[in-house]
Amino acid sequence: MELQKLAESLHPLERKILPLLETTPDTGMLIEKSRLKEVEVTRALQWLSNKKLIEIKEEVRELVFLDKNGQLYLKTGLPERIFLTALNREMSLKDVEKASRLSKEELSICMGLLKKKGAINISKKGNDVFVSLTDNGRSILKKEMLEEQLLKHTFPLERKSLNPQELFAFNELIRRRNIIRTEIKKQRAATLTDLGRQVLESVGASDGKDVIDSLTADMIRSKSWMGKTFRNYDLNAPVPRSNYGKIHFENESVSYAKSIWLEMGFTEMSGSMVQTAFWDLDSLFVPQDHPAREMQDTFYLKNPSQGKIPDDLKKKIKAVHENGGDTGSKGWGGVWDEEKAKQLMLRTHTTVLSAQTISRLKREHLPAKFFTVGKVFRNETPDWKHLFEFYQVEGIVVDPNATLNDLKGYLKEFFKKMGYDKIKIRPGHFPYTEPSLEVEVFDKNKNQWIELGGAGIFRPEVTKTLMGFECPVLAWGLGLGRVTVPYYAITDLRDLNRNDLKQLRSMKKWMLRPQ
Amino acid sequence: MPTITLSKKTVLEFLGRKVSDEELADRISMLGTGFEGIEGDEIHVEIFPNRPDLLSAPGFARALGSFTGIKKGFRKYTVKKSNVKVIVDKSVKGIRPYTACAVVKNLKLTDEKIKEIIQIQEKLHITYGRNRRKAAIGIYPLEHIKPPIYYKALSPEEIRFKPLDLNKDLTGNQILAIHPTGREYGYLLEGKEKYPVFLDSRMQVMSMPPIINSNTIGKITIATREVFIECSGFDFDYLHICLNIIVTALADMGGDIYSVELQYPEKKYTVPRLEGREMKLDSAYVNKILGLVLTESELRSAFDRMGYAYKNKKVLVPGYRADILHPIDLVEDIAIAYGYENFTGTFTPVAAVSAVKPIELYKDRIREIAVGNGIIEVKNFHLTSKDKQTKFMNSTHAVVELLNSVTQDYDVLRYWMTPSLLETLQSNKHYEYPQNIFEIGTIFKPNTTYDTGVQEQEVLAIALCGNDANFTKIKKIFDTFAGALDLNYTIADTAHESFIAGRVGRIVVANEKIGYIGELHPQILLNWGIEMPVAVLELNLSDLFKVTGLIGEDQPVSLGPAPSKSVSSKTASSPAKPQKHHTSKPTRKKSAPAKKSSKKQKRR
Repeated sequence: MELQKLAESLHPLERKILPLLETTPDTGMLIEKSRLKEVEVTRALQWLSNKKLIEIKEEVRELVFLDKNGQLYLKTGLPERIFLTALNREMSLKDVEKASRLSKEELSICMGLLKKKGAINISKKGNDVFVSLTDNGRSILKKEMLEEQLLKHTFPLERKSLNPQELFAFNELIRRRNIIRTEIKKQRAATLTDLGRQVLESVGASDGKDVIDSLTADMIRSKSWMGKTFRNYDLNAPVPRSNYGKIHFENESVSYAKSIWLEMGFTEMSGSMVQTAFWDLDSLFVPQDHPAREMQDTFYLKNPSQGKIPDDLKKKIKAVHENGGDTGSKGWGGVWDEEKAKQLMLRTHTTVLSAQTISRLKREHLPAKFFTVGKVFRNETPDWKHLFEFYQVEGIVVDPNATLNDLKGYLKEFFKKMGYDKIKIRPGHFPYTEPSLEVEVFDKNKNQWIELGGAGIFRPEVTKTLMGFECPVLAWGLGLGRVTVPYYAITDLRDLNRNDLKQLRSMKKWMLRPQ
Repeated sequence: MPTITLSKKTVLEFLGRKVSDEELADRISMLGTGFEGIEGDEIHVEIFPNRPDLLSAPGFARALGSFTGIKKGFRKYTVKKSNVKVIVDKSVKGIRPYTACAVVKNLKLTDEKIKEIIQIQEKLHITYGRNRRKAAIGIYPLEHIKPPIYYKALSPEEIRFKPLDLNKDLTGNQILAIHPTGREYGYLLEGKEKYPVFLDSRMQVMSMPPIINSNTIGKITIATREVFIECSGFDFDYLHICLNIIVTALADMGGDIYSVELQYPEKKYTVPRLEGREMKLDSAYVNKILGLVLTESELRSAFDRMGYAYKNKKVLVPGYRADILHPIDLVEDIAIAYGYENFTGTFTPVAAVSAVKPIELYKDRIREIAVGNGIIEVKNFHLTSKDKQTKFMNSTHAVVELLNSVTQDYDVLRYWMTPSLLETLQSNKHYEYPQNIFEIGTIFKPNTTYDTGVQEQEVLAIALCGNDANFTKIKKIFDTFAGALDLNYTIADTAHESFIAGRVGRIVVANEKIGYIGELHPQILLNWGIEMPVAVLELNLSDLFKVTGLIGEDQPVSLGPAPSKSVSSKTASSPAKPQKHHTSKPTRKKSAPAKKSSKKQKRR
């Protein structure tokens, strides 16, 4: 029964190959005998092997082939024979050349070769070289040389199978130009297993005529399938790879993070990546001499280099920096420089979008919740743990009743949905939030806490100045990479943007609760 | 951010009880400093820029001691009067106009303590002093100085003294030119006609701030018992806090603080003042921000643990705190005292309408169509090189350039997407073909009508690469977009330096040019080392989005079925069609012109 089933499951290709294997183990010969394409033979052998009907052994063989001079000499004879034949007396080399019509190169090879064999004598008279046959030479002339014997074989020959005489001739000829050559061939030999033999017998019995391989439209229409059986497929046989379209894995994680905030009733913010320092830093009460503003951290623009800043807000920002303005703060002191604020840069944080959003917000819009997941930039040389652009998950809650405790609540909820059940917060510092905090989540797989970003409540210097009234604004800027990278088992951050097609195709999908 | 190294032994001595490494690590990070690690006797702590008072071992131990409840409350420092006067000459105005000074006596210095003092000075220079520009600190053995002290500006050639570590008289200019410290900080005096100096009453140069002290009378040793300290800079209050940070640290090391009288041309000050300043604070404000219900006494004890005194809604802020700009800064300290770990986190799900940016939804739809065509999405950086954007593409358009990129390969923002796709194809040459890829992302064009001088737009680009990649294939794919998005389009003949002439067109929808479609020129492919034909579609999604007039780009919409509106009404109202266009119509049946063109949002 099993045998029958196995026999019926044979693919036409397998059916064709299997009987041939009794006599022909070599794959090259199989191609010839079956008149199938190489890929078809390979596939059939692979399938048969999967079913344990055959055993495939890989053999490395060195094969000897006749090269182009070898083929020529097979017809004309080896140059040394031509040389000896021409040499019917003591002759000058020039006369040999004329009589034999050998090339200069062939002549010189022959001279060396025949001298070594003791077939000729070489002497010099004046400027001319004279050659004459020795006794040995005469006897060589009468019989076939080992080299000549070798050339008459059917090629390719397997080097391993050469006898000592043949090997001698091989060693002589291989040194000479283009007479013979060798090639290393990996050859696969397939032999039937016991099971294979049994299956072959039952195949022979059924001869496959009543087995349908592929169901076609014609068969359905003509009902020719009636009374026949369908070949059983090997369901576990490997199939060719499909080149399907796919969303970039990082975008999947980005849209997942977005969906969490949308579920929680947040509205998406967007805005430009090129920003003035005014919006990116000054509006967020980052002092103008803050180390973060220094060249090495921030990408500034050369062309264009300066942007426009809003007049109405400019005065308020200047005041809040210099003396706190109307916010009840002391401010940073010193003089706020408008030119510095006009500098164009690539946004260093998505918090710049939060600043722009609250500056447009009216009291009647409250409470309001906003988020964005966007790229931010740091001027760094990319290496395995640094990239100059990466995603930040930004969110704000503008609500007169919002508290620090709520802030932790939002973060807890977000990370729960990202798959992290445990979070902890500790004091942090950002110029635009007070209180400020750092967020860590517990990674169950790595059994460690990982830092995921900063959060806090916007300072009154920020909110009062931008909105015109005071209202708590809970804010956070979280790194997405720290979550996505372990999920995708990436160890080099540059792999996020490597765009290696093999990697992109094999990357797993982002799951609903990733951790 | 600066890291300080503390002796675990000293910290534990100060705390007065045995504390495990874990507890130490936890307390340090919950105090509002970054715990970096313990190695042997060394504790490494990161200090945030808002707390320069924690940059010294004594200052840090003081805060940790309060926080852990070992020694709580507002620290009282007695300031005695010294007879030292500093006379500030008007010549320093416009150069380095302010100084704040003090004297500390009874110091029992050891090599270790001197090292500690130098560490405080250096850390303050780098952070709070912004590399000596905003504040520079000098510490002198008082025994070698004969007060009163003069702070004035002299011409560089008039200044002559032996700078630290050099037993040779140099002029002001020579110091900037020769001395290592002079060379490092000389730029701070660049362009000044005169340089500031501290002189004693014998007119001996004590120092030339913010550069260097005198080797003769400006160097403390273990023999030093009394020191004169000055901070110089541009804002008196700022310098005063700096001074307070140093003198309180020295007092914690066993010294006695003495005041100095500063005689400015217009006013006299006697500093340091360490009695603290009062700030009003309402407990309701604290509770409202934190989401807690702290009583007055809980509040008082919380303030105690952060080194303040609190009484009758008034907080006494220590003179060494640089970060208390606003009552909100006190609120944070209450939160720290309460313990961040004790916030439970409340999340009250509120019924709210969430809204997504329409262009983002649009991009998602576009992405689905591309993937449905069996194309794989890639993601390149926004940053790239000018050559890749222009030279490699045989074009010369202006690009947005970065000023200071640390990597030359990434010194401009991409102007168009096609080069990014070619870069991807270039790096995948070892894989089998066809390689069909797409990317959706932002491009950047110089445009002065924007506040940032840059127009940023969203685009889609598709590249088909393989032996049979051609115009028909890419157009077939574009038709799937046109069909799915209900677009009526024409393709206008165009010339483009990156494409084969006669095989490139501009896609026109509602009379707007919204993209390129065509076969790339073999020379371009050679420039990139790509040996397979490439057909490209680059579609400006922002423009397309606008001409199809779905929704205003800046109005977020609530999630729900995408509002539908055919663009055919627009096309009909603009009948002027160029003659040379190949008109194409997607096979899909067109829907009737939508009436609700003014409908902006759909709510669920």
